[in-house]
Amino acid sequence: MTAVTNQTISQPLDRVDGPAKVTGRARYSAEIPLPGTVHAVLVGAVVPSGRTNTIQTGEAEQVPGVLAVLTHANLPKIAAQPRLFPSLFGHAAVGETFFPMQDDVVHYAGQPVAMVVADTLERAQHAAGLVHVSYHTAPSTTTLEQGRDRAYEPGRIFGGLLPGRMERGDPDSGLAKAPVHIDRTYRFAANHHNPIEPSSTTAVWEDDRLTLYDSTQGITATRLTVAELMGLPSSNVRVLTHYVGGGFGAKAMIWPHVALTAIAARYVGRPVKLALTREQMFSSCGHREEQEQHAVLGAGNEGRVTTLRHHKLSATSPFDDWAEPSLNVAAQAYSYPNYQGSYRLVRTNTMTPTFTRGPGEASGMFALESAMDELAYELGLDPIELRLRNHADADPLTGNPWSSKGLRECYQRGAERFGWRERNPAARSQRDGHWLIGSGTATAGYPVPAFPGLQPQRARARLYADGSAVLQAGTQEFGTGVATAMTQVAADGLGVPLDRVRFDYGDTELPNTAPAVGSAGSGMVSSAVHSAATSLRDQLVAQAVAQAVADSESPLHAADPSTVVVGDGRMMLRDRPETGETYSELLQRNGVEDAEALGSWQPTGMDTGYALTTFGAQFAEVAVDSDLGLVRVRRMVGAFAPGRVLNPKTARSQLMGGMLWGMSQALPEGTQMDSRMGRWANASLGEYLVPVNADAPEVDVEFVEVREDVANPLGVKGVGEIGQIGAAAAIANAVFHATGHRVRELPIRIEHLLRSA
Amino acid sequence: MRVTFTVNGERMTADDVWPGESLLYVLRERLGLPGSKNACEQGECGSCTVYLDGVTVCSCMVAAGQCEGREVGTVEGLADDHSEGSERRLCAVQEAFAEAGAVQCGFCTPGLLVQADDLISRTAGAGRGVPEDPEIREALAGNLCRCTGYEKIIDAVRTAARREHEQVGQEAP
Ligand code: FES
Ligand code: FES
Repeated sequence: MTAVTNQTISQPLDRVDGPAKVTGRARYSAEIPLPGTVHAVLVGAVVPSGRTNTIQTGEAEQVPGVLAVLTHANLPKIAAQPRLFPSLFGHAAVGETFFPMQDDVVHYAGQPVAMVVADTLERAQHAAGLVHVSYHTAPSTTTLEQGRDRAYEPGRIFGGLLPGRMERGDPDSGLAKAPVHIDRTYRFAANHHNPIEPSSTTAVWEDDRLTLYDSTQGITATRLTVAELMGLPSSNVRVLTHYVGGGFGAKAMIWPHVALTAIAARYVGRPVKLALTREQMFSSCGHREEQEQHAVLGAGNEGRVTTLRHHKLSATSPFDDWAEPSLNVAAQAYSYPNYQGSYRLVRTNTMTPTFTRGPGEASGMFALESAMDELAYELGLDPIELRLRNHADADPLTGNPWSSKGLRECYQRGAERFGWRERNPAARSQRDGHWLIGSGTATAGYPVPAFPGLQPQRARARLYADGSAVLQAGTQEFGTGVATAMTQVAADGLGVPLDRVRFDYGDTELPNTAPAVGSAGSGMVSSAVHSAATSLRDQLVAQAVAQAVADSESPLHAADPSTVVVGDGRMMLRDRPETGETYSELLQRNGVEDAEALGSWQPTGMDTGYALTTFGAQFAEVAVDSDLGLVRVRRMVGAFAPGRVLNPKTARSQLMGGMLWGMSQALPEGTQMDSRMGRWANASLGEYLVPVNADAPEVDVEFVEVREDVANPLGVKGVGEIGQIGAAAAIANAVFHATGHRVRELPIRIEHLLRSA
Repeated sequence: MRVTFTVNGERMTADDVWPGESLLYVLRERLGLPGSKNACEQGECGSCTVYLDGVTVCSCMVAAGQCEGREVGTVEGLADDHSEGSERRLCAVQEAFAEAGAVQCGFCTPGLLVQADDLISRTAGAGRGVPEDPEIREALAGNLCRCTGYEKIIDAVRTAARREHEQVGQEAP
């Protein structure tokens, strides 16, 4: 294998898309200038359950500029309903197995019951207000409380991928024998992703070929889903997405508005743009479900936890068995020999819940890490010491070794950076004026996606005779920094300078890669890009040294390829760098304009003999106003071991953003259901609170290096979720340390603390 | 109605504007300037922040008709303001955002840049140098960012303010 001398991987380079974004030049999906584009606006049901009675469209149709008013009466029917399956797997991936406007049934408030298309957005909005809908309302269930007595245990959840119940060892006798128990219930409000860019789609038909500009985390998922819904060959659907204004799971699955836009465009014979409003975002692309988790720990007096029982009860839609997988990492976080986990669901009149940043683990690890903190206080042990005593040296689920872990170092380095040792362990022992001060910690963990049945990842590398190179892969960039990191991977793989490489993405005509979900993006696509770049490099070196071809003029002619190194676009002998030539010289001498190679990589399955999980440790300091119960997070430290970090600047930013999501989950964020109306009560950014700049604490990220050889060729474990996991628990634990009052509900509100403070 | 106003130093006219249309809508849908973002249309996120006669406003909350004869500045105009006679294509705050890692998805960025540019020019104009962190946080509190965690945005504003201050210092006798 030829070695490469330049090293841009792991350098903190500036984003390649930075200039376009800071000048306002970047075009998002609702900003594609296409001649003749008209605008669609959705009309949502205002009741949560029942049927539409009459839908009067006459007045709307009279509005000048209106091209169509579509309802279940005239909307062309879908060809087929794809099944719900996580988009990561590379198939069609609907967010829910219900497609609106096929009949008069209403399953949830906000469900589209009509769509207006007009020549301008203002006219479409105006006309949408003139569509008059009356309803036969049926009784609804919209909260866990209302449906608790009808809870059921699903056979499988999560698109059928995960069992509804898991067990190892003997949890009953484990608990019976344990002298110490922590038995607690934790409650979680629903969450909405609220990326700053609301979802939008622009659809253009050319004969029977459809092009979609869609704000999606998975262009291939969009292609396959829309093709199946509309009965089109997949090859007739092209999806483009160059800039996406954040996703966090809202754009990970394909929701009905995308195909509705395509149907509308075909109906009116013009390009159609549909941009959801902020309010519509609360009933258009899923949410993290309202849930309750019951955790029981059984432990010995010295702090050895022998048993975890972890049951989750959560709300799903009328038609899908969805639960975010909250039990995975908790089940393998510590070395308990006895374990039992189960999911139970309540059918409610909401849309199907979906992936939301840190899917599953953000809630599951809150429950476990809150319970572990309670256990530490119960036993009088330092919370980190308790965690170290239960450290899992191998995966307790399978007994397999970890591919890499680094958790002990995370505790240690995080604790040092935070100043954990200086803390007085007693609750309510620190004050700063009228502020009660406390600190807390928690373990973070998130699985590295490794499943059977993942699609091969592909990329293409092309080098031109002038020495410039293009790498292509159909991935999507919604802020993660993947385009920058892939430019680095490409430059290093090929051995060319960074400014000679461009990375193309966001188009289904490019080689196919996985969607950017579940922290899988950079690990998956980097493997394909690395493979393409190194194949092209090896191909060019082979050409230079080849004895059999006509070209014997290369200075490297007949050299052993293993003695050739590449750097700065030049191939040379390792021991005699003056002997060599550039890629350009080779191509130009042979009269060839470019050289190209495809790379592919088959993602890791579950049969590696290793357990793949990313770990970290979270620390938080809070101040609680002793009169008002107001919680301020003063600072957070996170130490993470995500394997190879391709670009520390973008990775650090993502981890910090993740930690702020944890803070947000802990304090301001939660969607409240008005159960009388069956509607989300706070569907706006004014009432769905997310931290603003003035709320944000100082956030510090520490990377712990671990060598990862199993996950993928470059050893990338991913940074998208791990920053969030455990952060909410660290904050709740800090609130306990500050006040002596344990809050077992998210978000933590002033009411929870008024009495104690 | 017809509305004529100056955008980034250029006179522009929009015809058939409805009384209810927002400045944001006219910029994005009629004048081909989609740099200012539409993320809530309720004055809650700051993504649509622009200058109106030198004062920052949420352009989703301003009726286009109110802008008749006035001056509007958007993210698209920031770079030009500062590029005269200098080699920099980007203005100080744009450059600092790109360098600091203060940009992720970029959707909050245009509004934040205008707001940060305003803060920096106010503090530099008053000869106050680099604003303190609480002042930065307060000034930018109306601009939601869901990606970055804000830390790098603060870094970027500090860097831009320092550079601007140094430059002002050099220009002054
Ligand atoms: S779009 Fe104007 S404040 Fe949100
Ligand atoms: S960078 Fe995405 S919202 Fe700020």
